[in-house]
Amino acid sequence: MNNEHILIAGFGGQGVLSMGKMLAEAAMAEGREVSWLPSYGAEMRGGTSNVSVHISDKAIGSPTISAGEATCVIAMNLPSLLKFESFVKPGGLLLVNKSIIDKPSSRKDIDVIYVPVNEIAKELGDNKVANMVMLGAYLGKSKVVKNETLMNQVREVFGAKKPAVVALNEKALAEGGKLSV
Amino acid sequence: MARMLMKGNEAIAEAAIAAGCRYFFGYPITPQSEIPEYLSKRLPEVGGVYLQAESEVAAINMVFGAAGAGVRVMTSSSSPGISLKQEGISSIACAETPAVVVNMMRGGPGIGSIQASQNDYFQAVKGGGHGDYHNLVYAPASIQEACDLMAKAFDRADYYRVLCMVLGDGMLGQMMEPVEIKPVKIAEYDKSWATTGWDGVSRPRAVINTLYITVDELNELCGRLQAKYKIIERDEVLFEEFHLDDAEYVVVAYGTVARIVKNAIENLRAQGIKVGLFRPITLWPFPMLPLENIAGQARVKRFAAVEMSAGQLVQDVRLAVNGKKPVELQSFLGSNVPGPGDIAEFIRGLKTA
Repeated sequence: MNNEHILIAGFGGQGVLSMGKMLAEAAMAEGREVSWLPSYGAEMRGGTSNVSVHISDKAIGSPTISAGEATCVIAMNLPSLLKFESFVKPGGLLLVNKSIIDKPSSRKDIDVIYVPVNEIAKELGDNKVANMVMLGAYLGKSKVVKNETLMNQVREVFGAKKPAVVALNEKALAEGGKLSV
Repeated sequence: MARMLMKGNEAIAEAAIAAGCRYFFGYPITPQSEIPEYLSKRLPEVGGVYLQAESEVAAINMVFGAAGAGVRVMTSSSSPGISLKQEGISSIACAETPAVVVNMMRGGPGIGSIQASQNDYFQAVKGGGHGDYHNLVYAPASIQEACDLMAKAFDRADYYRVLCMVLGDGMLGQMMEPVEIKPVKIAEYDKSWATTGWDGVSRPRAVINTLYITVDELNELCGRLQAKYKIIERDEVLFEEFHLDDAEYVVVAYGTVARIVKNAIENLRAQGIKVGLFRPITLWPFPMLPLENIAGQARVKRFAAVEMSAGQLVQDVRLAVNGKKPVELQSFLGSNVPGPGDIAEFIRGLKTA
């Protein structure tokens, strides 16, 4: 299986850390080694936060991701795109939240996918699943874990009590996936 | 328990419970506040006591008191908070009361930063507080190892009647990894020394004391402590070797930095550079003899300490290597976490040096 080094960044509140956590949990459930390292501390309201996730078949060394090392960067806002675009390694993947970023990527040596996460989430009926749309786009392209494994994590969180929430997340994941096939 | 994705701080807290810890006294500080937060919820569930003290000084003295009663007790903090606890740590060493202290290091000096660092190495292994004493210091490189070492720390603290420190950093505390909190078989040790009330008959009166006003008395205590430390130095050394079998260049690093070094080594090995890692797991006792033996091997050309501090670890490496081979230093200061590329560049430089 492919080893992935994913850096997800955005505004606090966009679900950046939980995207990383769901991804890491799903990969762990599929028997992979994982690590999840958040930026912490100096972040402030309205500022940016980010998380580094490694998925590998062997023990994870460095939990951080340096410039040029990321197999994928997910930029949920403009400051994140500007700061982390250079972190994608040549041939890697950059996912851009098209809903609030109108600047195109300057990289020519990587795959770039622009995802209108807010519009899609709104069509589905709830802005809150914007991050799931983005995760769906990432999984559609990378296939690093099965959508079904990730949905098992969502079910564990929301459980039988909120089947509508689970169904909505499942749809968001599927819609996102359609953008990157 | 199956593998779970847990934050380092929370996993360490749960591992403490599994190791029989029922008392926690502390004061919050980033990047370890999830330890007290988690224990404030968990300890009452298992019949334990969680107390947020008015200060670090109060917290460590509460730890001292509980340790004197022979229960499994801990505190946790980060660098500036650990500085405040040094008076109590010295007292605990003097009174030979078992306790566990977790330090999730952040950048200093002073209040410093809240990001990861290794700049408390000297404080942890060379004293910290006053007097001729040592703490047994464990330096985990993963969350699983941190949990396993928590169990060991509580056990060895009871066995030797010493303070055991688990020395991590902000990365280890804040990151998540799969971890299994293993059930711990808690050994029973004689605790007739504990001040748990005296019936006047069944044992001599227990006294917990750190004042030895006559030369003879203090001399006897210091002699006893040093004899105990000799045994610990002989029996408790832990380390990991990584690609050392044919290594010409030996990097010495501990904790999360050692993980980053491993990435660098794998990349360099793919380019044919024979480099390996020696990772001390106990920082005190430092693995002096194993490292000295490696230094004596003819194929080994050069050593390098890689640390997120300004030349602290390297001093013990130089003591161990004892002039047999050159020892270089790569420091990363101010909570500047190196990438594998930074370390690889430094190691490549060793070859041409």
